[in-house]
Amino acid sequence: MSTRLQQAFATLRARGRKGVVPYLTAGDPDLDTTYELLLAMARGGATAIELGVPFSDPAADGPVIQRACERALARHVRLDDVLQVAARASKQTDVPIVLFSYLNPLLRHGLQKLTDDAAAAGLAGVLVTDLPAESAAAFSLALQQHGLDLVSLVAPTSSAERIAQIAAHATGFLYAISVTGVTGARQQLSNDATELLARIRQVTTLPVAVGFGISTPQQAREAWAQGADAVIVGSAIVRMIEEAGKQSPTLIEAFVRELVSAQISQVQE
Amino acid sequence: MKDEALLESLLQASGDGYFGNYGGRFVAETLIAPLDELSAAFDAARRDPSFQRELSGLLADFSGRPTPLYFAERLTEYAGGAKILLKREDLGHTGSHKINNALGQVLLARRMGKRRIIAETGAGQHGVATATVCARFGLECIVYMGAEDMQRQALNVFRMRLMGAEVRGVEAGSKTLKDAINEALRDWVTNVRDTYYLLGSALGPHPYPTMVREFQRVIGDEARAQVLASEHRLPDAIVACVGGGSNAIGAFTAFLGDEKVRLIGVEAGGRGETLGEHAARFRGGLPGVLQGTYSYVLQDDDGQIAPTHSVSAGLDYASIGPEHAHLRELGRAEYTSADDREALEAFDLLSQREGILPALESAHAIAHAVKLAHELGRDGLMIVNLSGRGDKDVETVARLKAEGGAR
Repeated sequence: MSTRLQQAFATLRARGRKGVVPYLTAGDPDLDTTYELLLAMARGGATAIELGVPFSDPAADGPVIQRACERALARHVRLDDVLQVAARASKQTDVPIVLFSYLNPLLRHGLQKLTDDAAAAGLAGVLVTDLPAESAAAFSLALQQHGLDLVSLVAPTSSAERIAQIAAHATGFLYAISVTGVTGARQQLSNDATELLARIRQVTTLPVAVGFGISTPQQAREAWAQGADAVIVGSAIVRMIEEAGKQSPTLIEAFVRELVSAQISQVQE
Repeated sequence: MKDEALLESLLQASGDGYFGNYGGRFVAETLIAPLDELSAAFDAARRDPSFQRELSGLLADFSGRPTPLYFAERLTEYAGGAKILLKREDLGHTGSHKINNALGQVLLARRMGKRRIIAETGAGQHGVATATVCARFGLECIVYMGAEDMQRQALNVFRMRLMGAEVRGVEAGSKTLKDAINEALRDWVTNVRDTYYLLGSALGPHPYPTMVREFQRVIGDEARAQVLASEHRLPDAIVACVGGGSNAIGAFTAFLGDEKVRLIGVEAGGRGETLGEHAARFRGGLPGVLQGTYSYVLQDDDGQIAPTHSVSAGLDYASIGPEHAHLRELGRAEYTSADDREALEAFDLLSQREGILPALESAHAIAHAVKLAHELGRDGLMIVNLSGRGDKDVETVARLKAEGGAR
């Protein structure tokens, strides 16, 4: 039985298309806007959506997502609220939503309870920034029993053997971290990304989404050309939400659509 | 499956770097390979006699080891009980035990060919030690420090800059040690190929808790030999303050096999019992993951890391080194706390009765030692690890006195 994430990427490939996976921090600027944003991203043509759980100490994130976490936590947004907003949105859209979190809030919630609650909320998967692959097996299995994927990460510093090992156990898609660094928009797609994609492609046919630093249609095109199935766009979107607040859903829908359609203009070129 | 069973499987899975159920390596994938590289380099170095020789030489001639084990005669008289010996880490170069670890790790960084050193600091003692060893070896040095800590430890900021280090203030979160570590981790993950992260306490992802312990265990190794030579017996107790826990684990390790020696860690009781008002992880914390390691963490019901307070910047941290969590669970070490007011009183007490200004961190250990002296009685014998000197705290203490004591 294939999972919803697997189906989403299989559909993409069957149509010869490339995907866009937008990220947002839940509860920024507020939970109702988060709900609107999830639907706007789906309308814009997102392949999947990463829904970030705000955390007090987001050590893998750059300043933009740090500030989003701070704003959400200042409004006392809790993991239960994030699950609720996911449940509301997944009643309205089939686009798979992936819960994106640091480990501690999930541990506090209880990993089995989280698994049950995530499934009940209609989530398609979970990604844990600070849970390395070797510690993830049992949690991944628990999620799979509910048809959810635990998304695995690979980095430019991951060895060839490690990439092969991670890919062998990965389900859904592989998240390729495009640069050594924290999240945040960058001017260019790094050489790291090119090299990493090549190394991943040597060992697996799993769908690969590239993230960290991608903010423009041009960068998306580069990543797709190098073999990525999808690009993950986070900080660029979170910054737009920061600036436009409750007015952001229309802008974000247009931005996601622009990213998605970058591949069409590419074909036309 | 139950939550607990899933948690167990997650903790047991990765093998290395655990103390019972605590420790491990919970970091972003990008840092796994650098941590592997660091583990391998550390394992090779600790087995290499030439590395050990170079480190011993520097500890002796650059830092002035061994530090004395000093009979605090008038403090003992005041406390009216057990004999109190002070392990004088305050007399080491740069004024605290932090130099032991900084020297060990800087030699390791050199072996690894890293030319850019980053560090976090709370009270500034680790930052000063790191700036010092970088100056000694001509390495670039960047120290992350919470903006609030920069204010309350201004003297140490100046010392670091004098030695050529760049001190970067961190405005995020509570602007203290935890936020400085986050920023150092962000720097490391970004510049991982040429940068060595010289972490200052026995916390963080594997191999740091083990490595820092090994570089600090010289404290207890020396103290054990010294007490046997001078007192012809083992002490009844070792007392040390615990922030991340490096001076405590350094003092405890040599005595772990001496079952009759009580090992006592003193956390910061701050200014109140409620979450956010103290840094007593074993009183108000629960097991969880912060900054790469599974240990006790002060956190709210939703797993968000709680703010902390202590008059001493070096103890003002939401988690505690994982080996301490393990030793406590085994019942091998016991943990208590001293609050801001008790620490300030102990600061005055040691200054006036012994002519020794203790760091506010170490003053927490002194505060407990006075209580413990009673409990152990006149036949008792204890060693207090005086982890650092208090010059850096003079301004803070003066300000608090002007305001009428600890808030």
